[in-house]
Amino acid sequence: MILLLQYTLIFASVLMLVALGGCFSEHSGVINIGLEGIMVMGALGGALMMKFMPAGMPAFGIILLVVLASIALGMLYSLLLAVAAVNFKADQTLVGTAMNLLGTAAATVFVKAMNTAESVDNVSSIIQYIEPKKAFLVNIGSFEFNWFMLLALIALVASYVVLYKTRFGLRLCACGEHPQAADSVGINVYKMRYAGVLISGLLGGLGGIVYITAGVSEWKFENGVAGFGFLALAVMIFGQWKPTRIALAALLFGFFRALGNVYTGFDFLKAMELPSSVYNMLPYIISLVVLAFTSKKSRAPKAEGIPYDKGQR
Amino acid sequence: MKKEKTSLLRNGAVQSLLAALLCILLGLVIGYVALLLINPAGASEAILTIIKNFMTYSKSTAQLKYLGSTLVKTAPLLMCSLSILFAYKAGLFNIGAAGQYAVGAGASLYCALALGLPWYVCMLAAIAAGALTGAISGLLKAYCNVNEVISCIMLNWISLYLVNMLLSLVKEEASPYTMTLASTNPSAIIPGLGLGALFSQNQYVTLAVPLSVIVAIAIWVILEKTKLGYELKATGCNKFAARYCGMKEKKNLILTMAISGGLAAMGAALFYLTGFEQWQCTQSSVPAMGFNGIAAAFLGGLNPLGSVLSSYFIQHITNGGAYVDKTMYSSQISDFISALIIYLCGFVLFFKFTLNRYLDRRDEKRKKAEQTAQEGGNAE
Repeated sequence: MILLLQYTLIFASVLMLVALGGCFSEHSGVINIGLEGIMVMGALGGALMMKFMPAGMPAFGIILLVVLASIALGMLYSLLLAVAAVNFKADQTLVGTAMNLLGTAAATVFVKAMNTAESVDNVSSIIQYIEPKKAFLVNIGSFEFNWFMLLALIALVASYVVLYKTRFGLRLCACGEHPQAADSVGINVYKMRYAGVLISGLLGGLGGIVYITAGVSEWKFENGVAGFGFLALAVMIFGQWKPTRIALAALLFGFFRALGNVYTGFDFLKAMELPSSVYNMLPYIISLVVLAFTSKKSRAPKAEGIPYDKGQR
Repeated sequence: MKKEKTSLLRNGAVQSLLAALLCILLGLVIGYVALLLINPAGASEAILTIIKNFMTYSKSTAQLKYLGSTLVKTAPLLMCSLSILFAYKAGLFNIGAAGQYAVGAGASLYCALALGLPWYVCMLAAIAAGALTGAISGLLKAYCNVNEVISCIMLNWISLYLVNMLLSLVKEEASPYTMTLASTNPSAIIPGLGLGALFSQNQYVTLAVPLSVIVAIAIWVILEKTKLGYELKATGCNKFAARYCGMKEKKNLILTMAISGGLAAMGAALFYLTGFEQWQCTQSSVPAMGFNGIAAAFLGGLNPLGSVLSSYFIQHITNGGAYVDKTMYSSQISDFISALIIYLCGFVLFFKFTLNRYLDRRDEKRKKAEQTAQEGGNAE
């Protein structure tokens, strides 16, 4: 039971971080389908940092460095979307899709090259981080507390405050609802959209490193992040682009995802003898059903996905 | 007065071609730089290997044989790119081609291996299953306002796991792969019609290859020359206007997704029913074919006939990636290059816009020059 709670919370943290990232990007008016690729890049940044960091660092230092590395790479990668969508008015769905493919391919090529350079026989795309990973965990009884859970909570509170209580957040939202109106009162729409995408890169990258350290101590980069970025988008839509609702949605989805990891621990679930594929499918089926019921009265930012053109009215 | 001569660069097809070539060139250059960064020693050789693909073999019979293998894999890619293109023309982004492809593979292989049906029935089953999968996304979009990108992604994963479960029923005892068609049900193999003989006895080259090209032509005809195609495109441009004109926009939307899904699934049937590869029942990622289809569709300038060329090109470099020196590089480098090409395709619109503006300016200048020359002549 505690294991289920633990996995639910950690997966919910991932989903929440990434969905909040998507929320910032979409409120600024840019659809970020590329979150999956951003997650891979963030994960790669963090994993590399853990691999090459000197042994014997204090736990706090490890966490700080890993988080910074993930954020930096995530933001850097999100620039690809920002440049294409804001400056070049590209099709955001297409660019986002390309970023997902590019993220996984680039990470695989890079990690494989690195592994092969270390020893010629090693052609895998796996990075191990057994030792440094321990820094993130604190045991409270049999519950394994992960510092990332706290980080996700902080991100949630911060997102809420920034989006609704600051001048920046309200301006950001204005750019996603009616950019021409925002521009007419002197807000730089391009800058705001850059900010939105970069924040999504920050949170997406962070989500990536949380995901690959949840439960496992090595990651095979060929697999990308297995659709988690898209699941986060579903969480965002289900959460109606509002941070508090996103948090609740993330908990729900996190629960179903966690069930796939720990269902063997429950006697009645084990007794049903469903193949593991069923549990793997579950989060996706749930999200599809949930979306079918909640999308009708969508509160999506009105101008999302439309490139801003100053001359248009 | 002679007719105003329009520059060749104004031609839409020429612009698309130029844009595509530019994307390819840039993609290859960036790929080359990546190879240089990984290991400068073999970079030039590796990029040449990727471009050459089967030409790396010195014997012409071997070259022909592997050209055949590339063609066998081009057929499904072409179908996936047609699927994406068809939906895109109607204003939908069918990122679910990968899942529909998986469903097609599942349906065709199950019909072939478990039910022992002939190839054309298997193919029809695949098309039906894919159309159904596509229609789910269409229905959700039409009646529940669910963004098709999200629903397609979810369906991708659901289909993958379902197909894995279904095909586990017909897999080999000792391996995670499905049974071979040749040993279980030879009637399910698409007939070769002697095409294999043209490619140094490559028995996998079958009717599937020309069939996919025929479908490409059919799709072009449907989109450009029929009422249905016109309606679908109109709905894509503005569904409110389409409804105002009396078109059934919801029906059109669902129909588009169904056709699109059917195309992707047919691609899978065209591939797996040649017996070239078996389905791996423990597969943990969605087939890449659907995503490469996006690259091929956009690289081909969203034209069915352009797709034929671009699909071949993408498959050519993907196959070429398998030949790079594995002690230095990984075969994923060609995935990297095709992903780059898709990314660059996002800039095509901007490229055309800039080109047109440049041409406008040039024409204006020329006109001005002519005018001043004329005025100068009058003054004398």
